Amino acid sequence: MFNLVQKRRWYFLISAILIIPGIVAMIYSTIALGSPVRLGIDFTGGSLLELQFEQPVELADIRPIIHEGVFADATIQTVGDHRNVVIRTSLNVGAQEAVAAKEALKTRLAEEIGPVTEMRFDSVGPSIGRETTRAALVAILATSGAILIFIAIAFRRVPNAFRYGVCAVAKMLHDVLFLLGVASILGLVAGWEVDSLFLTAVLTVIGFSVQDVIVVFDRIRENVNRRRGEPFETIVNRSLLETLHRSLATQLNAIFVMVAIIFFGGVTIRNFLAIMLIGMITGTYSSIFFAVPLLVTWQQRELKRLVGRPGVKRAPAA
Amino acid sequence: MRQRDVRLLILIVVITTVAGWVAWPTNPGIHLRVGDKTIDQDIKVHQGLDLQGGMQVLLEADLPADQTIDPDSMNNARAIVENRVNGLGVTEPVVQAVGGRRILVELPGISDPEEAIATLRETGLMEWIDAGSTYLEPGTRVKTDVVTGSNESAEASEGEAETVYHTVLTGQHLKRAEVAFDQQGFPEISFELDQEGAQIFADFTANNRGRFLAIALDGEIISSPRINDPIPDGMGRITGGFTVEEARNMVVQLRYGSLPIALKVVDTREVGPTLGEDSVNKSVRAGAIGLGIVLLFMLIYYRAPGLVADAALIVYALVTLALFKLIPITLTLPGIAGFLLSVGMAVDANILIFERMREELRQGKPLQRAIDAGFRRAWTSILDSNISTWITCGILWIFGNSFGASIVKGFAITLGLGVLVSMFTAVIVTRTFLHAAFAAGGEKLREKTWLFGV
Repeated sequence: MFNLVQKRRWYFLISAILIIPGIVAMIYSTIALGSPVRLGIDFTGGSLLELQFEQPVELADIRPIIHEGVFADATIQTVGDHRNVVIRTSLNVGAQEAVAAKEALKTRLAEEIGPVTEMRFDSVGPSIGRETTRAALVAILATSGAILIFIAIAFRRVPNAFRYGVCAVAKMLHDVLFLLGVASILGLVAGWEVDSLFLTAVLTVIGFSVQDVIVVFDRIRENVNRRRGEPFETIVNRSLLETLHRSLATQLNAIFVMVAIIFFGGVTIRNFLAIMLIGMITGTYSSIFFAVPLLVTWQQRELKRLVGRPGVKRAPAA
Repeated sequence: MRQRDVRLLILIVVITTVAGWVAWPTNPGIHLRVGDKTIDQDIKVHQGLDLQGGMQVLLEADLPADQTIDPDSMNNARAIVENRVNGLGVTEPVVQAVGGRRILVELPGISDPEEAIATLRETGLMEWIDAGSTYLEPGTRVKTDVVTGSNESAEASEGEAETVYHTVLTGQHLKRAEVAFDQQGFPEISFELDQEGAQIFADFTANNRGRFLAIALDGEIISSPRINDPIPDGMGRITGGFTVEEARNMVVQLRYGSLPIALKVVDTREVGPTLGEDSVNKSVRAGAIGLGIVLLFMLIYYRAPGLVADAALIVYALVTLALFKLIPITLTLPGIAGFLLSVGMAVDANILIFERMREELRQGKPLQRAIDAGFRRAWTSILDSNISTWITCGILWIFGNSFGASIVKGFAITLGLGVLVSMFTAVIVTRTFLHAAFAAGGEKLREKTWLFGV
């Protein structure tokens, strides 16, 4: 039987390699940008205008036109084949003035550069941004609470329930840290912004990820009772292989759907699904290669202590 | 086959047929006439703004945050905004009060966002001002002695000593206002005053011949006519060299009265029609491809049970799409993603069942017992996973209720609804179909192990 848990030291190393760059990026980002990930206008307020030109454009040509007036502090990015341009500003005028300025800008660009179509324009007032941030924090707290309760219920009758629970929570943090790290790195390198859909993706994926590890832990629990003679490592290995089919089949289907939307679907939700896809893959990976090895390590350390010091009784200090 | 299975099978066929008809893209809707009752019910997909293009505007009472707002005035403001929106001639607009001090407006397919915002938001306070012997240039901002909650005082900060003009009459006394055209074909606004207004107007014009009676809208002069003759009947025209569009918007504002509370725009979101249309086409294609791959995967990986799961999945897709149309649920891009993701969840239940079934078959159990054990033993896992997804959806839905994250709501609703429907299709439909197949083939199907991929 292929032994999955034997090389667990290597797996911990891989997890560290996955997570540590993200943590470094988050620290750097906090110093440079004021937050561990680059926050989008959903949370900070501001405006985002996406335009599409008929012909590819050079940033140098359009920048001076855009930087006049209201859009003076705008960051400008070309997307894809240099026909789409995304213009972001922190908004310091009212939303209505922003709309007016945007219309004027479109006219000027059309005159000086060439035919241009507005793809989308969002303008979020700072108070709305604050409210969304607050709602986001509530959602994060509620999710964390719900997951902890879920874990507590799922393992309430298991011996050493605490260990299973802690391992499941550790896995959840593992996945969250990785996703935040990815977002942080992409924010620094490619200007990716975190919006309300990013949070949605993270919360959804965490739900799936915890569910995934609970299925494995459930099976371990079942097999521990059925095969009392076997060493824990063998039982765990067997349980992993038994649940692997379901885990992989389910995740594969979800991955198929997401990949289809990422490659063939609309641009607007591409980032959302990309984060969800990355989260789904990490979630499956960390069930097998992080949560379970962690559990085994914990159990065995205790076994060693029990077996390694037979007969040693704590003598009162002389 | 047991009696219960036969009944379920018939029920499933009926539901699928109805759902298929409802979900059909070119469904004509129901248009019936029975006696004197007519039923006109369109059955169609409600597309969100991100799919059909358009604008979303959030208006907020322009008052200090700690000042309480009279619910009645807010309600009146909403009604007036709604009337103005209807005056814009947009199809299926949404005007909704959000909390105590906000109004959400959705305008699908709008072409001139700037003009639309102006029409919605401007207080629409029309004043006839006694300008004495001065001609006020159109576009001049003036202060008047009318005090309403909606007076814009921001202009006062310019520092100059300003003349406060006397307002003779306000738009309150308007009975009728509409766009008309003069002899040269230029647009103008023709109006009629109510009785009281006509009296004031008649007296004032009789006593002030030769002076200017300027007309201002929201403190900005739009026209400065000189009184040549008294106007006794309360009928008049406003000319000012405006475009048809401007004249129409002004009429919309005049007709539905002035807003009791000044509103400011705190948030706008616009999606161009190109992006919307592009998104619809691409989403349909992505959905078809994603669903196709899942169907294929289930068939190859699980063989005969996989085929049954595929049938259940098609029932699932039809029923869910039909519900989207009937409830109705407004589809957005994240909403479509939620639906497609729930397709993945729907097969998850079948995967759990089939994996259990395979285990039982490998242990040599007869087919009938393996099928039953598969369903029985997988049930708690299915329930567990669906409940936890449901909790996630609930939290996301609450998050999506905050305005800035409203895009999240579509995702939460379609995913949640999908999971609910999948409990029915993945368990009941699959089991009924498997039982039917077993009734047709019997225990000798057990011999053909390739059917089950055991």
